[in-house]
Amino acid sequence: MRPVIPYVTAALLFGLGVYGVLRRRNAVLVLMSVELMLNAVNLILVTADTTAKAVLPHGGQVFALFVIVLAAAEIGVGLAIVLQLYRIRASVAVDEIPLTEQHTAEPVAATTVGQASRAVGSEPEGPR
Amino acid sequence: MTGVDALLLALGAVAVGSAALVVATRHLVRAGLYLVVCLGAVAGMYLVLAAELVAWVQVLIYVGAVVVLLLFAVMLTRAPIGASDDLDRSGWPAALIGGGVGLGLAALLVDAYRWTTVELPEAGTAERLGEQVFSSWVLPFEVLSVLLLSALVGAIVLSRPDIGASRDDAADDRGRSR
Repeated sequence: MRPVIPYVTAALLFGLGVYGVLRRRNAVLVLMSVELMLNAVNLILVTADTTAKAVLPHGGQVFALFVIVLAAAEIGVGLAIVLQLYRIRASVAVDEIPLTEQHTAEPVAATTVGQASRAVGSEPEGPR
Repeated sequence: MTGVDALLLALGAVAVGSAALVVATRHLVRAGLYLVVCLGAVAGMYLVLAAELVAWVQVLIYVGAVVVLLLFAVMLTRAPIGASDDLDRSGWPAALIGGGVGLGLAALLVDAYRWTTVELPEAGTAERLGEQVFSSWVLPFEVLSVLLLSALVGAIVLSRPDIGASRDDAADDRGRSR
């Protein structure tokens, strides 16, 4: 087995993931690119498990399992944030989010919230 | 060039090709489906690399759960069916940085490993990995379970607007929306 083949595959996957994160505007597509990067790291870990002689056997594969669990947690919280963003702004374009939303911009944001919740209509009101 | 190498090369080509389609396609839903192909090919590489349990966990969690969640998100954000033109920013800086990172790492690893061969280790079955996880890696395992619980609670708090805001903000909000 020549380890250079999976290593180079992982490097190219990571590069494609970086490209996708920087290029895409849609937040869901950005999350997909992050998954590509996490997979590249997992591939590196599993391949390193075959090439490196570690004190503990199968350390790389155990780490890959841990990274998979972390990715599952990340995608859960990430999608909650994306859906909340869509509910507030009715758009998931990451370059339209104002990073410095001050109190002067508050009325605009509040009307957007009102419109969005009226448009969606199914927003859970909760015990208000 | 043995059979293992040919298999790894083919699966790697499929993975990289479908990953390129994920970041290049103009159809949102197709990006998710190409992601399935890419993750499946990577799972096949794990199998060839004698990481049995990791391969099946990859199929279960990534292909089974993560991609389904992503496709749900595509639907819930009312993505248009068909090609959309507004998915991308200008490409030059992204191509420069992404290509630089990918090709740089590839050059580094090629220089480190050349065309050497290694023996495949014994297969990482559920039994062997379970022994490791529950003897040497118990503490990280337990910390990970706490992290999963907090991520679950965080996702619930984020998606319920009535329990996230403080009382003043909620009153403010109510006044404005009426």
